[in-house]
Amino acid sequence: MTTATPSAPTNKLGFTKQDYVGSKSTLCAGCGHDAITAQIINAAFESNIEGYRVTKYSGIGCSSKTPAYFINQGWGFNSVHGRMPSLATGASLANRNLINIGVSGDGDSMSIGMGQFVHAVRRNVPMIYIIEDNGVYGLTKGQFSATADQGAHLKTGAVNNLPPVDPCTLAIELGCGFVARCFSGNPKQLGAILKAAFAYEGTVVLDIISPCVTFNNHDASTRSYKHVKDHDFPLHDLGFIQYSEVEDVDIAAGATEHVTFPDGSKVAIKAIHDSYDPTDRFGAMKAIHESMAKGEFLTGLLYINPTQPTLTDVLNLVDEPLATLPESRVKPSAAVLEEIMQGLM
Amino acid sequence: MAVSQIAPTPTGGAKTRINDFSIQVATVNGSGSQTANTVLLRAIFQMGVFVSGKNLFPSNIAGLPTWFTIRASAKGYVARKASNEMLILMNAETAKEDVAKADVGALVIYDEPLQLDKLREDLVFVPVPFQKLVTASCPEPKLHKLVKNMIYVGVAARLLSVDMAEVKKAIAKQLKGKAKAIEINQAAADAGYDWAMEHLQDQDHIKVVRDNKTQGLIIVDGNEACALGAIFAGVTVVGWYPITPASSLVETFIEYAEEYRKDPETGKSTVAIVQMEDELASAGVVLAAGWAGARSMTSTAGPGVSLMSEFIGLGYYVEAPGVFFNVARTGPSTGLPTRTQQSDVELCAKCSHGDTQHINLYPGTMEECFQFSYDAFDLAELFQTPIFVVTDLDLGMQNWSSKPFAYPTKPYNRGKVLNQQQLAEAKDWGRYKDVDGDGICYRSLPGTPGGKGAYFTRGSGHNAYAQYSEKPEDYLEVVDRLRRKYENAKTHVPVPVFRNLGSAKGVLAFGSSDPAVIEAQDILAEGGLKTDYLRLRALPFTAEVDAFVKEKQVVYVVEQNRDGQMANIFRETYPEYATKFKSVLHYDGHAIAAKSIVDQITAFEQK
Repeated sequence: MTTATPSAPTNKLGFTKQDYVGSKSTLCAGCGHDAITAQIINAAFESNIEGYRVTKYSGIGCSSKTPAYFINQGWGFNSVHGRMPSLATGASLANRNLINIGVSGDGDSMSIGMGQFVHAVRRNVPMIYIIEDNGVYGLTKGQFSATADQGAHLKTGAVNNLPPVDPCTLAIELGCGFVARCFSGNPKQLGAILKAAFAYEGTVVLDIISPCVTFNNHDASTRSYKHVKDHDFPLHDLGFIQYSEVEDVDIAAGATEHVTFPDGSKVAIKAIHDSYDPTDRFGAMKAIHESMAKGEFLTGLLYINPTQPTLTDVLNLVDEPLATLPESRVKPSAAVLEEIMQGLM
Repeated sequence: MAVSQIAPTPTGGAKTRINDFSIQVATVNGSGSQTANTVLLRAIFQMGVFVSGKNLFPSNIAGLPTWFTIRASAKGYVARKASNEMLILMNAETAKEDVAKADVGALVIYDEPLQLDKLREDLVFVPVPFQKLVTASCPEPKLHKLVKNMIYVGVAARLLSVDMAEVKKAIAKQLKGKAKAIEINQAAADAGYDWAMEHLQDQDHIKVVRDNKTQGLIIVDGNEACALGAIFAGVTVVGWYPITPASSLVETFIEYAEEYRKDPETGKSTVAIVQMEDELASAGVVLAAGWAGARSMTSTAGPGVSLMSEFIGLGYYVEAPGVFFNVARTGPSTGLPTRTQQSDVELCAKCSHGDTQHINLYPGTMEECFQFSYDAFDLAELFQTPIFVVTDLDLGMQNWSSKPFAYPTKPYNRGKVLNQQQLAEAKDWGRYKDVDGDGICYRSLPGTPGGKGAYFTRGSGHNAYAQYSEKPEDYLEVVDRLRRKYENAKTHVPVPVFRNLGSAKGVLAFGSSDPAVIEAQDILAEGGLKTDYLRLRALPFTAEVDAFVKEKQVVYVVEQNRDGQMANIFRETYPEYATKFKSVLHYDGHAIAAKSIVDQITAFEQK
């Protein structure tokens, strides 16, 4: 099963990290998206994810290329612009055992795909929804997106006069039970959040600030590595404890708070600056808005409610995947048709 | 109160039309008239007479004019008839215009205060004091508006000699389980009937005489028939968005699923149904669910298909199965949302940008709505592609009598899907490799364990191994195979149905035009013009269609759109015979009538 040398460390399923990689990235050298891909691979490995259960969805854009770069043992579906959420919705209904990862960009999700983002979140579709957010359309060579900050400059000198859409406050407003913002340049924080995301059952919204080295990394950019690094305010140090491995703790010393998932897994939180309660929905909204007003990126686990029923729960579906139910379980009998026909006579 | 004098037939003692007439009822929508009309239709049906009902309704909730036509036909003609022998006028707003348009000699039942009897002398007027009758028969004033219509059912039953026992039975059936509503409505029907017995003389214009033609038949609409086909086809994922006239397809599906698609032990559902935010998302759900191995569907109309078209092209190119019901309405744009047309023919045949071709099924009867809906899921999984089942408002929402549906005993064909073991044993498997030479490749389902079979589905260029490719040879390999796959469908789709009277002149139609064509064929034959009729039931065209086109001198293509869309497809498919195709068109929003076909073919023949 594993293809690496015997010396490479394996996880509980016997896989090496190499078993979670995908094809070679074709993105620009230094692209923030590649750093995110690396963390997905790492988190899947460490979380003992069964690769065959993974499905990966994307729309159109640089970010949407990335599902090809991780977890080759899973099935990928690169679809049409802004419509990835409906694919994850359909496949998650067809097979409730799938682990669904959607990768989108700020253009794909906050402009053309806004409707599908909103409704997937509202339905609590079981999926990790990653927005690789660089504030710019890379693949079409550098136009503004809807998350670009007001007053931001393009390389060409063009200025964005319109206010941005914030995916995180929007997701919280829509009732999302797991909302986080990360910076692709902070792998430790991103890794912990991705592991927690794998343990969460409903929609996870991860807005990951991921600078575009080619079109949005110049001095006047508000999404450059330098700018984001200077304005990144991590809320806390996070550790994630999977239920099955409580002995294997990767937690910042002095963690003060725990959020417990239904399966017993825990997120351990150690506040960095002021204390921040990620289970307080209104408090989260307030803190995010205040930080945005100051031009800061508040990063970390912004809001969590571990017990929201997912779309699969709400529909009260049978326990097995619908896709492979045998004919005997889905085709009513001849007597049923006869009864219906009698009723129509 | 004056006793209405019903004059003898003004046309001079023409024969009484027995079981052969049309009644048009003009009411205000939202006034409960649909119940009354269905009861009248059912009562005639229960008298053993072939009957069909067409509701001409506005795109509105309440307050606008609506017309319902009931046609009885001893010969079994169920198309819309261009003329009406009885009018029931309940709507003050349209009454004068309805009278002006009435056919000479028609019986006109109307609400007495409308005072219509002075408008024309060549009609037979029957004023009825509806308000007085409803006040006397119904103790609850707030229900008067709703049960007033049931009074004309009683009056019409008396004039047509419909047995009141059948009316009562029909009311009980229509309002099943609602004891109080049944009681109130039966009282109203009785009040109408008793008043008519006392005040109206017999008339000899039109009559219902008990027959045995409808023994064992059902009354159903096409949306319900399609929904049932899908229920029995074992659909497991439905993504949909409301749109007239397609909503009732999924809504009926939901009702049946509640009853028959629950696990008997746990009560949990074996089908996921989600009302999506729009048609685009519905299409995404259908294709991804099909990709993941579910039998999936949606139901929509033309505007929805337009919105879905990007996804449909994706489904075609990545080869994801799914069934798309298009219950067509009058376009373009919003068009006439509550009127019928067959104007999405070319849209569904080639939906989406780039070179695309889709398998289309065209049911023309209620039994076919059921059976083709069942078969569509086999075809979708067999050919791993979006399938259109194309009906229209006339088939989908109107009342049709039909033989009961036969239980589909044929087991499901889930197509070429490799399981864990087959994937382990497969040598050099590629998602888009044409191993069997039929253009259909082997697929794997997400979630299959074993570490084999994962692949990357992409709407961008790909090779036989599903890898990204921009190479011309890789591109051509895929798109040329897709063309072969489509050609291969010719031996799997439903073959046409013929009604040949022995002629070198062909008539070709599809879907809801069928009853009008049959009737037109008979009328033309009576006038000395025999025709052979081919009813097309699918795209791509089968060998039977090839032969028909080849052998006929002329092919009249009957369709309900302005541009002759199906004829265009024929001219494109058979360029060597392009001049044979003559378009017989009807596209005013009303269902096609035989007269329109007869007139146009006659005109062509006289050229």
